[in-house]
Amino acid sequence: MSNSVGILGAGKVGIVLAQLAIKAGYTVYIAGSGDVSKIALSIKVLVPGAIAVTKEEAAQKGDIVILALPLSKYATIPAKQLSGKLVIDSMNHWMEVDGPKEDTVPEGMSSSEFIQRFLSDSRVVKALSHMGYHELFDNPKSAGDPDRKAIAIAADSEIDAKIVADFINRLGFDPLYIGGLAQGKKLEPGSPAFGANTTIERLKTQIA
Amino acid sequence: MAQKKTNPTKDYVFGLDTFGDIPKHDDGTLFTHAAAIRQVVDEAVLADELGINVIGVGEHHRPDFAISSPEIVLAGIATKTKHIKLATAVTVLSSDDPVRVFERFATLDALSNGRAQVILGRGSFTESFPLFGYDLRDYNELFEEKLDLFSQLLDEKPVSWKGETRAELVNADVYPKTESGRLDVAVGIGGSPESVIRAARYGFPLVLAIIGGSAERFAPYVELYRQATEDLGTEAHPVGMHSPGFIAETDDEAKKIAWPAFKYAWDLIGKSRGWPPYTREQFNYEIEVGSLYVGSPETVAQKIARSMKALDVNRFDMVYGQGPQKASDRLKMVELYGSKVIPRVRELLAETSTDK
Repeated sequence: MSNSVGILGAGKVGIVLAQLAIKAGYTVYIAGSGDVSKIALSIKVLVPGAIAVTKEEAAQKGDIVILALPLSKYATIPAKQLSGKLVIDSMNHWMEVDGPKEDTVPEGMSSSEFIQRFLSDSRVVKALSHMGYHELFDNPKSAGDPDRKAIAIAADSEIDAKIVADFINRLGFDPLYIGGLAQGKKLEPGSPAFGANTTIERLKTQIA
Repeated sequence: MAQKKTNPTKDYVFGLDTFGDIPKHDDGTLFTHAAAIRQVVDEAVLADELGINVIGVGEHHRPDFAISSPEIVLAGIATKTKHIKLATAVTVLSSDDPVRVFERFATLDALSNGRAQVILGRGSFTESFPLFGYDLRDYNELFEEKLDLFSQLLDEKPVSWKGETRAELVNADVYPKTESGRLDVAVGIGGSPESVIRAARYGFPLVLAIIGGSAERFAPYVELYRQATEDLGTEAHPVGMHSPGFIAETDDEAKKIAWPAFKYAWDLIGKSRGWPPYTREQFNYEIEVGSLYVGSPETVAQKIARSMKALDVNRFDMVYGQGPQKASDRLKMVELYGSKVIPRVRELLAETSTDK
């Protein structure tokens, strides 16, 4: 069982994921793009209990490491420290932040396949990418709640998908495995499931 | 816990913000851009008569919004109103020139006898970048540098400044000077902790743009702002919030009018961002637990008071007029906001402060 989570990115998404992971009882290591001192106060106030560290430390110390930085900044991800690790890619290409998509992701590839290619020694799983961060924050619910919302998972390894499913479940959402990283396309901006904040049954129909 | 700094004066401020959406006539035909701008002026005049404290005007460069030059619209409003504060929502400093921004607002401040307020921010639209020759990917550098220059200009003394994003200034004095000696400036943020700390560093008041999900989620951000000002030795100003809404006589009527208009606006914006079509489920969710303030005056007042208390903020601006709403519905909404909602919110806030 995983007990610690590393989060790369201390912006809106990274903060919410850290808040959820703390609530779920994980030890959380979170890193921003720069100096630890730049995020120390934000983390202390917004995510009490989380530990602000360098990105290398967050990568090293997390049993699971979540990518929550702008997609176009992928080259700053500490690939070496992530070697062999399970990495959750929660990133989306976002025009307002990243500029034209073709500048980052080669045509025909899902953005998570692209990240897997960049982190060739890591085990990349796409998850926590389709629901808005404010809805993520508002909606964790215990298992069995009829209104519990679902989070889709795309992974090439079913074993890794299972680990991430357990993690999602602990955060307070129903996991829905949808297939390999190429299927991640079905969760990207422009697809019907992008933005989905809904139950597992309805998410299934949006992805089908 | 250390004693919590709250605003002791309870000097509440209520505003209306618009991006200059295009209203429609009662027969369903759309206003021209020009008529849409005049409509905002009429609404601001009504808001002033009703004692609403602020009219905030956004800057956009796309067909569904008529206002690209907020200060000019505000200047028009200035000469027809007496008390209402004239704000932007927001001024996109990154793709503008700080010297020009200062000059325009100092001019607006002169025309309005000191009622101008600059609210600086990123905004969530990016059309201004290619239009004015900026690269969006330089956003942070542009904002940091221009904010640095702008904050120096606010001292209204000659400025020497050098950076990468605009021409160097050597002992440049910028006019007109304001009568108060300092423009009223705040920073609008959407939830980036870095922006909160930046506002604290410059000693600017904060306005939180809360446009999705529960308002309560932002309570730690208010605390972050206060702690940051403490750490940095700057002044902790009262904090404000800004959220979308619509008001009619009853909840049902408000939802009936707001739903198609909000959906239209949301879908148009969503298309370029890859969002699927806006659903009734989302709309209802935002009304029930999120950040849409849609309903009768009582429903909306209760919700505003709840959010203001939860966040300990002293200012609430409602973003109004989204999508193609009838001009008559918009005017009615402004009237209900000024005559019923605001007095009721004040009452509700007063009740709780005596409870304490």
